[in-house]
Amino acid sequence: MADLQTIELVKDIEVDKYKYGFETEIESDFAPKGLNEDIVRFISAKKGEPAWMLEARLEAYARWLQMDEPTWARVHYPKIDFQDLYYYAAPKSMSGPKSLDEVDPKLLETYAKLGIPLKEQEILAGVRKQGEKSELDDAGGSEYSSGKVAVDAVFDSVSVVTTFKAELAKAGVIFCSISEALREHPELVKKYLFSVVPQGDNYYAALNSAVFSDGSFVYVPPGVRCPMELSTYFRMNAKNTGQFERTLIIADKGSYVSYLEGCTAPTREESQLHAAVVELIALDDAEIKYSTVQNWYPGDAEGKGGIYNFVTKRGDCRGPRSKISWTQVETGSAITWKYPSCILRGEESRGEFYSIAISNGRQQVDSGTKMIHLGKNTSSRIISKGIAAGRSDNTYRGLVSAHRKATNARNFTQCDSLLIGDKCGAHTVPYIEAKTSTAQFEHEATTSKISDDQMFYCMSRGLTQEEAVALIVNGFVRDVLQQLPMEFMAETQKLIGISLEGSVG
Amino acid sequence: MLDINNLHVKLEDEDRTIVNGLTLNVKPGEVHAIMGPNGSGKSTLSYVLAGRAGYEVTDGSVTFKGEDLLEMSPDQRAAKGVFLAFQYPIEIPGVVTMQFLKVALNAQRKARGEKELSTPDFMRLVKDRAAKLNVSQDMLKRPVNVGFSGGEKKRAEILQMAVLEPSLCILDETDSGLDIDALRVVADGVNALRSPDRAMIVITHYQRLLDYIVPDHVHVLSKGRIVKSGDKSLALELEKQGYAEFDKSAA
Repeated sequence: MADLQTIELVKDIEVDKYKYGFETEIESDFAPKGLNEDIVRFISAKKGEPAWMLEARLEAYARWLQMDEPTWARVHYPKIDFQDLYYYAAPKSMSGPKSLDEVDPKLLETYAKLGIPLKEQEILAGVRKQGEKSELDDAGGSEYSSGKVAVDAVFDSVSVVTTFKAELAKAGVIFCSISEALREHPELVKKYLFSVVPQGDNYYAALNSAVFSDGSFVYVPPGVRCPMELSTYFRMNAKNTGQFERTLIIADKGSYVSYLEGCTAPTREESQLHAAVVELIALDDAEIKYSTVQNWYPGDAEGKGGIYNFVTKRGDCRGPRSKISWTQVETGSAITWKYPSCILRGEESRGEFYSIAISNGRQQVDSGTKMIHLGKNTSSRIISKGIAAGRSDNTYRGLVSAHRKATNARNFTQCDSLLIGDKCGAHTVPYIEAKTSTAQFEHEATTSKISDDQMFYCMSRGLTQEEAVALIVNGFVRDVLQQLPMEFMAETQKLIGISLEGSVG
Repeated sequence: MLDINNLHVKLEDEDRTIVNGLTLNVKPGEVHAIMGPNGSGKSTLSYVLAGRAGYEVTDGSVTFKGEDLLEMSPDQRAAKGVFLAFQYPIEIPGVVTMQFLKVALNAQRKARGEKELSTPDFMRLVKDRAAKLNVSQDMLKRPVNVGFSGGEKKRAEILQMAVLEPSLCILDETDSGLDIDALRVVADGVNALRSPDRAMIVITHYQRLLDYIVPDHVHVLSKGRIVKSGDKSLALELEKQGYAEFDKSAA
């Protein structure tokens, strides 16, 4: 049966056909291995941070020492030796470039290999390609007519370059690395950092708060619609490093910003740790759209190597009528532990979570969201599409809660799982807590397999087995794909194809 | 073009022979109708020709354009020019019909070593073929077969056939579930594709379809083998007598 053949193919094909598994040879500046107060001080000093920041880091470190690693997620991995990691690695030649010309050409080569549009021409060229396809994509008009994308590139622990700064500054938008923000806009950072994810929030958030080395910072002033798509590309390169980036985005009253992050890492035998924290703050009537395309190295077919992706992402709809929308495409990482959440504090605020999580080989995904309704007439929507293949485990874990005062809170949740083969698992763990009788929560869930009939139908039209699976899966995730910024939709469709190419029949 | 010789087919999971010594020779330009009662092996024949899993060929051979068809995967057969119009077309949620057509056409072209069709050329091709089959632009934007009426599904199958331009078309009970107007549209679409270098195998239960798609040859299938062959008058004869007599002779 075609189904059996599919399983055979999953077995045969090596999972680790990881397209982005190259390493760039650049001299790196390391902090000594291991973690202690001195390392925290070292990182803070290296960044030339204000004293309050060092204190906040030390407090986080003290908290972290008191905490235990969480074990409630449906993931299994050997104990991490936190003393065997480097907590700071920076490309040596990278101490503060001001323009693309100052960047090590090898770095630019790396980004070129990743297909990252650092230069304006390339971006525009990319958009034109997209335009050709749009008639077929049937995706409707784009909100982002400018077609430009500003990029902040983070290599190991350091932000190496940010494009379009001047143009953004004209609109009053601040888009820079968080280290730079600490130097140039300390008052903004001090006001908002840790205000959504406090230092002691959870084990990994505490660790991140102590040792985060860089990340992106965005501030959009009142009433401003950010004139272009903002984007950060993260890449882990050096061996045995942990990557701890910190992202802080503030949309002031009545503003709008759309932000996308992409992640890759080289192929390595040992596992690498990635523990990022993202904080979003939307004030009155503001809207933040945050999209992630996560393609960290997933490990090989036997589960050797790969990234441990332990990430805390949370948005605070602080003002009335504010809106935060998370869209994630998770194809990489050996282990994903990630729950982008929304605190719906402002009245009539709205939270959205759209997710595609593909797991395969020995990958383990435990991901979902939390929608915490605090304000009156708040609403949220969750669409999760999980695809499990190989011997992977794919869990959706989500909490929807309504506070006593959150009258008329509304939520709609839809969780669909697609299984490929019979060695993988899909799990749905929804938690629903309503403390007001006026809340209306809906939950729908389905689990399905790619049917033999669908495979045969596609193949009888000329598609190979791999093409057929990619097409069917792309159809399955279509609702979520459409939430991605236009500029990245085609790219993501291709990525889904690639990640299934190396993994599925 | 197609040589089926003494074909024996059983189900992979059960010890039940469904096709039992079938021999059929189809030349370019010919239209063959295969008629027979339920369970005579009509649909199995179409699936085996298209390469569906779950069937085991225990004896005999199928040669298509001089090559062993049974050795090829379904997509290789498609690229070589075999097309099966399904009796029950399959739904593919989320995949827009237009996109499906494009992916299929370009996959076949790639397999044949041809260049992919550019988007404008492709759009022109589909628009032209769709108009002839009364397939609306709206239908092209909907996911493949999802929510299609019976008639829409069959028209969509013929549209795929018209776009992919196969050399061997197998129509599996394309008339089932169609009212007379829909039948005419589908038949017109099929007739428009008749050409000296394209062959067709029309599988049907009823003579009705053959009023519109007039065959060169009619074969009666019973218990997995052809028990009688003739010209189009055989279909009319069958209509009068029913299949009972042939079932007896095959026993």
